[in-house]
Amino acid sequence: MHIYANPARFLKLARPLTAWLGWSGAALIVFALASGLFLAPKDYLQGESVRMMYVHVPAAWLGMGGWTGIAVASLMQLVWRHPLAAVAGRAIAVPGALFTAICLVTGSLWGRPTWGTYWEWDGRMTSMLVLLFLYIAYIVLADADRERGGEGRITAIFGLIGAINIPIIKYSVEWWNTLHQGESISFIGGGSSIDASMLWPLLIASLGFSLLFGAIVLMRMRTMLARQKIEARLRRMAA
Amino acid sequence: MSHWSFIFAAYGLTVLGTFGVTVWSWSAMRRAEAEADALRRDR
Repeated sequence: MHIYANPARFLKLARPLTAWLGWSGAALIVFALASGLFLAPKDYLQGESVRMMYVHVPAAWLGMGGWTGIAVASLMQLVWRHPLAAVAGRAIAVPGALFTAICLVTGSLWGRPTWGTYWEWDGRMTSMLVLLFLYIAYIVLADADRERGGEGRITAIFGLIGAINIPIIKYSVEWWNTLHQGESISFIGGGSSIDASMLWPLLIASLGFSLLFGAIVLMRMRTMLARQKIEARLRRMAA
Repeated sequence: MSHWSFIFAAYGLTVLGTFGVTVWSWSAMRRAEAEADALRRDR
């Protein structure tokens, strides 16, 4: 990982990777969403509304995965002073917040025909809403720190502390009696309670959204590095 | 209650949000990299 601490070396890898991740992610998303809408069967209990799973679950995965990425970047920034770690954390924050918001709204839309309500203050929904507020606070804090020329250490500490919410979200359905269903897919246990005919479009959608998320993060990192270059050159020209 | 209006709203919002943030990130990157290249050439 330290090999890519050099921005020039990172950019050499990021330039071709951005296009590959973006186009392959977009193609997989189109295929998975079309399959989720027209090929996957409806659920015997929930009916057609189960099709919202193909957008809701990847959005939830990216909201939580995004903050996990921020926490890892924050740790690398604080411990190893990795020069790209702060840039990576800031690049993840906006798409992470967007997918958390998408998760909350699509979950709410799924909840109305399934549970009869758009919102309930249960463990999973409340902890996901807290995650959205954490993202917004992180973005505001990072912008304020950058404007006053800080190194982003306070933002990194906030990124690490905020990671406490990730296991709370994951285990909320076990710790509290919630309206939200329990875990359906377990990578550790290796089991899934979802039928294979519904599972494959979900896995492809999750992979596609993850690849596109990676492309968005790389694009935002390249933007920030280019702006840093512009600011440094303008300062040199003014001196 | 028809489920399809909820499904289309969820898919529409997701596609719009994903497409929006992708295009915004791409155009910001192109603008910033073009500006940085122009400054380097003018050196």
